[in-house]
Amino acid sequence: MDILITGLILGGTYALIALGLNLQYGVSRIMNLANGEMLVIGAFVAFTLFTVGQVSPLLTIFLVAPLAYVLNWLIYRIMLRPLVNRAKNRGMLEVDAILTTFGLSFVMVGIMIWAFGGDYFSYSYLARPIVIFGDNFGLNRVVAFLCAAVLCAGLFLWLNVSRAGMAIRAVAVSPENARLVGIDVPKLSARAFALGGAVTAVGGAVISTFLTLDASTGVMFTMKALIIVIMGGVGDVRGTILAALVLGIGETFVASVIDPGLTLVAAYALFILILLFRPQGFFGRKPT
Amino acid sequence: MKRDEWKTLGWATALLAVAALLPLTGDGYLISLGVSIAMYTVLATSWALFSGPTHYISLATAAFFGIGTYVMGSGIEVLPYWVLLPIAGLIGGVLAALVGLATLRLSGVYFVIFTLGLAEMTRQGVTWYQNQTGHKGTYVLTDLTDNDIYWQLLGLAALVYLVGWGIGRSRLGFALRIIGDDEDVARHVGINTALSKVALFVVSGAVAAIVGAIIAPRYVYIEPSTAFTPMLSFQVVIMALLGGTGRLWGPLVGVIPFTLLWEAISSSFPNQTTLLLGLSFLAIVYLLPGGFVGLYDRLKGRAAKRSAMA
Repeated sequence: MDILITGLILGGTYALIALGLNLQYGVSRIMNLANGEMLVIGAFVAFTLFTVGQVSPLLTIFLVAPLAYVLNWLIYRIMLRPLVNRAKNRGMLEVDAILTTFGLSFVMVGIMIWAFGGDYFSYSYLARPIVIFGDNFGLNRVVAFLCAAVLCAGLFLWLNVSRAGMAIRAVAVSPENARLVGIDVPKLSARAFALGGAVTAVGGAVISTFLTLDASTGVMFTMKALIIVIMGGVGDVRGTILAALVLGIGETFVASVIDPGLTLVAAYALFILILLFRPQGFFGRKPT
Repeated sequence: MKRDEWKTLGWATALLAVAALLPLTGDGYLISLGVSIAMYTVLATSWALFSGPTHYISLATAAFFGIGTYVMGSGIEVLPYWVLLPIAGLIGGVLAALVGLATLRLSGVYFVIFTLGLAEMTRQGVTWYQNQTGHKGTYVLTDLTDNDIYWQLLGLAALVYLVGWGIGRSRLGFALRIIGDDEDVARHVGINTALSKVALFVVSGAVAAIVGAIIAPRYVYIEPSTAFTPMLSFQVVIMALLGGTGRLWGPLVGVIPFTLLWEAISSSFPNQTTLLLGLSFLAIVYLLPGGFVGLYDRLKGRAAKRSAMA
């Protein structure tokens, strides 16, 4: 029970991060390997505001979200759009996007190390125990989970109910046909990329309330988010959330039963199973 | 063989002979730089053998390298040195085959993601195993000097070039070029695409493991964090792409300037190496697509056009 709840809580925050990546990859077709650094930036802003001005991280997200949105929009317009235009096919774009976003991720890590040093940063926010089903949990973890759950649910509803959400889903399914019904695909791709970055950065601010991070931890989160997106299926919100919870529980199980140093091995074991048996994701259909 | 090829072979042998004379200078710094360059040349060239034609970006070099190092580290007390090199290659090759079979049937993104974490995952596994058995690192004590390591790496480089040249002429090389151009076409003309890709990936995995085994005596003391440095994978990718993967000699052209730059930056600004990696990636994508080889081909094409006009 203890493992299950801790895992669910961890998975909830993973879901938020992976949703950001899924929006970026599913809609604008850019596999953004600098996603984890966006998370670290979000976390870093929350950390700075909390230590300097005692601003609650739950308020910080309202600042982080628009900032990250603009930053990602600029990244897409300036750096990635030319690649999209130059690519002759999807494979070429994929290779270029991978190299560019790797480059970006290293540049961001380099700048953060240069500007703030490579130290770990953490702060103590709502570090009180709370009892659920007879076990103790950190209140900050529970609050972070609730926050992530609200955001995930909001995003899910927005994508399924609103007109803009429908347009985004249309592009995710088929960019060529979306154009035929009057959707401005390039504009929407930029917006989806920006939105995905904003969601991830918010996830970072939320996760910083209970995890210790440093400038170079981003790549671990990128990896986990990638595994979740593939497990859940590209462009599939339900799948992503389910996969994030599965990964959270799986990791927590391995960490508490076998060894906390093996979390990545656990994630990879899940990943291999998915690749071998359901490469199209939990809810995905087999390509014909 | 044609006359051109004899000429190339002659030049390559002469260059190799000159390179082999380096230890005679007796300059410790030069020799250590030579070891780095030889090491990266072997790694980048074998990386390009697989990734050049297929366009799959492998970030697994560090994992294979680390495994090779560990094979040497754990076997040196029991088996003779010369037996361990092929064993390292064999284990690296088998691991590459397993990874390849699981991921190379799918699109490139899955492969990148998988190889990205492979080194880190292997490191966690080795660390855990060592904690279980209760020892931290291993010593590799041999009487091999930097000169011996350098000559071994040169020999391996020559071997890799020969293998690469052989593959380029073979049916397998031809099949891979078709896969790189259009995988659907390749499948339609009856090429077993997954198997061809796995075969080449095995070659690059085995070579990286042997390099790790050769380098191990230089570290003397091996622990997971030194053997599995994720940075190595990225360095190799950058060097190979900087030189260009279109020709066999491409990676070498990238290795030499990048190694020198890397040495300079990491000795004077040790904290800025990450930034350098990032900027190099961006420079390759935006300024040098195709690397130096691509630039050379473009310039040559322009010159040919100009002479045709005149």
